[in-house]
Amino acid sequence: MMRIAEALQAFRPHRGDAIVVPGRGGKFWVELTNEPNLDVPLGDPAMGGHAGFALGLALAQLNRKIVLFDSEGDILMSLGMLTTIAEQAPANFYHFLLDNEVYATTGGQPVPNAKNVKYDRLALAAGYPRAQAFDRLDDFDRALPEIMGRPGPVFVALKVYPEIENAPIGSRRRWNTRSRTQVVADLQGRLGIAG
Amino acid sequence: MSDTSTTPSTTALSPETVLAEMKKNDVSHIVWLPDSETNWLYLLMKAEPSLTLVGVSREGHACSIASGLAAGGAKPMILIQNTGLQESGDSLRGWLLGMNVPVVMMVGYRGWTRHGVTTDTAATYTEPFINAYGLNYYLVENDADAPRISVAFNEAKKTKRPVVVLVGDEFHGFNR
Repeated sequence: MMRIAEALQAFRPHRGDAIVVPGRGGKFWVELTNEPNLDVPLGDPAMGGHAGFALGLALAQLNRKIVLFDSEGDILMSLGMLTTIAEQAPANFYHFLLDNEVYATTGGQPVPNAKNVKYDRLALAAGYPRAQAFDRLDDFDRALPEIMGRPGPVFVALKVYPEIENAPIGSRRRWNTRSRTQVVADLQGRLGIAG
Repeated sequence: MSDTSTTPSTTALSPETVLAEMKKNDVSHIVWLPDSETNWLYLLMKAEPSLTLVGVSREGHACSIASGLAAGGAKPMILIQNTGLQESGDSLRGWLLGMNVPVVMMVGYRGWTRHGVTTDTAATYTEPFINAYGLNYYLVENDADAPRISVAFNEAKKTKRPVVVLVGDEFHGFNR
């Protein structure tokens, strides 16, 4: 297993000018990013939707890589989304999964069949042309040049340590200093598109 | 003597009319899940080069996809049935309303009757559901109503909110 921050740190040199949707890795990514206006840290607008949002971005911005750090809880809530992504097959879509086997933000209860789900195989079965799984940071680090150097869509499942939050949601530290509206406005400004 | 009038039909909503509204409003992507109203429309959309069809397997997915499309500068339209709209509640809340997405949701109004008596609970709960989310909506039953679709697009753009177009023509125009 690896820590989420370590996985994101390994990815960072390969980012280029990609748009990054950090999903539930957002609180770690905001500390690492060098292009905040190309980041879309949204927190959790509605569970299960990060993959759809990133797919929409990929279809709208076909000439720019879109990198998503999804979670297994979100994926399980929207497994059918994998078929939609595979059908659309955007070559600019890089779908990473942070699999900590639990619902970390609610106290660490296990997701259904947490230890036995092979998310890379689910992605392949849904029609992704490429999928890989890593539970060691050094293996992931070595594979990143090829992962990011080839066209998507690609699915990369990463086993990460659960970093569980037990404090009441209202008393947790707010890691995102921008509202969702501001995040999108900043992205659109960076891309030169009208909002 | 054949009727060569161009007066819009007041008895049916044709898929050609709906497609014309999509093109008129510069829609780039149709995010959709088929329903009993949209078979003929599907064939027309598929043949229209200016449209990209994004099929989903559950209607809530349409909300997050449309949100991403809009954030990326595209102009999506959502095409689903009222059953699916009701399934989409949390995604509608978080990904459309919460992200201020100016999108038209064209929703097949399964069970709609003009006299107001229906045995289909899909229809029973449709308007209360829409009202619960504070969405505005327009009913389109035939070609003469079609300009309301453009009204919905303009309102969505102005308010930066989703606007619903309810299609009350099941088993007539779209299915011929």
